[in-house]
Amino acid sequence: MAPEPSAEFAFEPSPALPGVAGTEGRPIEGIGPWQAAWRRLRRNRIAMASLVVFAAIVACCVAAPLWADQVAHVGPEENNLTGKFERGGKQLYVVTPPPQTKPVGPGWSGRYLLGADKNGRDEMVRLLYGGRNSLFVGFVSALITTVIAVVLGLAGGYFRGRTDLVVRTTFDVIWSFPVLLLGIALGTALAIGGLHLGPIDIQGGSLWIPTLVIGVIYVPYLGRPIRGQVLSLREKEFVEAAVAQGNGALRIMFGELLPNLASTILVFGTLIVANNILTEAALSFLGAGVQLPTPSWGNMIGEGVNLLSTAPHLTIVPGLAITLTVLALNVFGDGLRDALDPRAKVRLR
Amino acid sequence: MARFAVRRLINMAFVLFAISVVTFLIFYVFPGTDTKAQVQRIAGRSSNDATRAQVKKDYGFDRPVYVQYARLVEKTANGSLVSYSNQTNVRDEIVRGIPATASLVIGAAVIWTFFGVLFGVLSAVYVGRWPDRVLTVLSMIGISLPVFWVGALLLYYLTDRIQLFPPGGYVRLTEDPWGWFTHLILPWFTLSILFIGFYSRLLRSNILDTINEDYVRTARAKGLSERRVLVRHVLRNALIPIVTLFGLDFGAAIGGGAILTESIFSLQGVGQYAAQSVGSLDLPPVMGTTLYAAFFIVLLSAVVDIAYAYLDPRIRLNA
Repeated sequence: MAPEPSAEFAFEPSPALPGVAGTEGRPIEGIGPWQAAWRRLRRNRIAMASLVVFAAIVACCVAAPLWADQVAHVGPEENNLTGKFERGGKQLYVVTPPPQTKPVGPGWSGRYLLGADKNGRDEMVRLLYGGRNSLFVGFVSALITTVIAVVLGLAGGYFRGRTDLVVRTTFDVIWSFPVLLLGIALGTALAIGGLHLGPIDIQGGSLWIPTLVIGVIYVPYLGRPIRGQVLSLREKEFVEAAVAQGNGALRIMFGELLPNLASTILVFGTLIVANNILTEAALSFLGAGVQLPTPSWGNMIGEGVNLLSTAPHLTIVPGLAITLTVLALNVFGDGLRDALDPRAKVRLR
Repeated sequence: MARFAVRRLINMAFVLFAISVVTFLIFYVFPGTDTKAQVQRIAGRSSNDATRAQVKKDYGFDRPVYVQYARLVEKTANGSLVSYSNQTNVRDEIVRGIPATASLVIGAAVIWTFFGVLFGVLSAVYVGRWPDRVLTVLSMIGISLPVFWVGALLLYYLTDRIQLFPPGGYVRLTEDPWGWFTHLILPWFTLSILFIGFYSRLLRSNILDTINEDYVRTARAKGLSERRVLVRHVLRNALIPIVTLFGLDFGAAIGGGAILTESIFSLQGVGQYAAQSVGSLDLPPVMGTTLYAAFFIVLLSAVVDIAYAYLDPRIRLNA
């Protein structure tokens, strides 16, 4: 990244330190691009606020067992169809018995804070555990996407020729499937049979199946821009210099080219996490993602929509959780791009 | 030109082949190659012995892998894929679903293009002022909403609670044009929200990039009105990436992107058929929809590329 003659780089006179001689004449301290980006990001209040919101959501979801053990005293998959519980000094049915069969709504009590679902499971506990699963799938799948896309993009862009043909075709083939349909096809086939491929042996209900599926289907969306960038970067002088110094291909790819891709990867990575959380929700909603009774925000909505008339909270609450999380990530990703890409500043003025 | 077309078609044939292999791998190989399990996956859990024996023979599960692959290609090509849980022909069901899916996607595409361009231009014209801020916030929310959730809430609150719109379902255009329209309003908007957000954000930043170009300054220096500069000089160039994206999104929506909207509003389209099959873990329809949709997208993009090359000599000479 070329140094940019904007305010961050201008010399800011530091307050003179009393008793220390010669501070005025101190040379201007250099500042790296990452530090500059961090300063820009820190000044973007909206982006920082959304980072805090996202961190808070993650913290709550990670602390799910704490809530389940200490406050609600039930696990996320414990049914309770006939029981009662106490709220505000009154005994209430968890699920009002037939003919109504209406699960209890949200209210001020440790158990069933957000009400119960149709099986009498604690919605708050499921929301937290569901969030854990959704975030796990979102994060790990984004990591998988990034690693595969970076390796393929680097190899294709650097070696060109036949390697590039293979990489390009791989991207083209994945790209040709409608992305949601590919996710559904993979998700359904693997949910029924599990994944049994050589040393890999995963059962049908595992969280790893949606994670892998979502991780793979978005590879071209990141791999294509990376490959393009590598193609132009490899013509730069610093690569020539590295070759002249006798560095091997791997060293150049990961030591010279990768650091130059870091800002792209970081920005896209954030947005891909957001996108993958939405995809997980969609797949789980249709039954091709996280499999019941394991909760995830998507399959909670899937269960809730049939009860919209009697228990709207079952649909509204997990949907809000998804929206808030994804919104926070998208806003933060936007801020990150503005901070890492100085061009964006010119744009906004 | 002919050379470009031929090369593009050869590439297309290769991608089609690769797609069929990938689909084969997804449904036959990845979930395990144990014959009994394979048969059960295709025939469904509640199938009887006779069906299973027939599936085993039809799909060639007692034969080597390449025969199984050939059978799959053959079945897709001649349209003899059948769902064993409800005895329907996959190709017929897909063809039956096309009008609903096409109505949904074409209508939504009109809406998302109109509002995407409108909001993008407004945002760029008022950059930094309140219309831009409001639209930026709205589009940010738009791209963060789960489509199916919005659809479910709209459907429940606007058709069940206050009967503003008719409940879900598809009404044929030829039978009842007004019913067709009213039944599709909510699905159209549900499907559009995400794209409106994407397009307006993209167009806004494209316009702001283009505005700094020299030819825009020249146009202003010539004394052209601001409006003319915006429409004839800025927008024309800023729209190019949007047009490319539109082709991709439209194909993807027809080929399966509308699954969620269709299944929420019970529009009897291709997507709902796929969604129902997923719900009942019925593999042949899922397999068929995936293959046909991917074929459709590959064909469409080849046609679009050749059309582009015809219109723009730079493309056919560079590629």
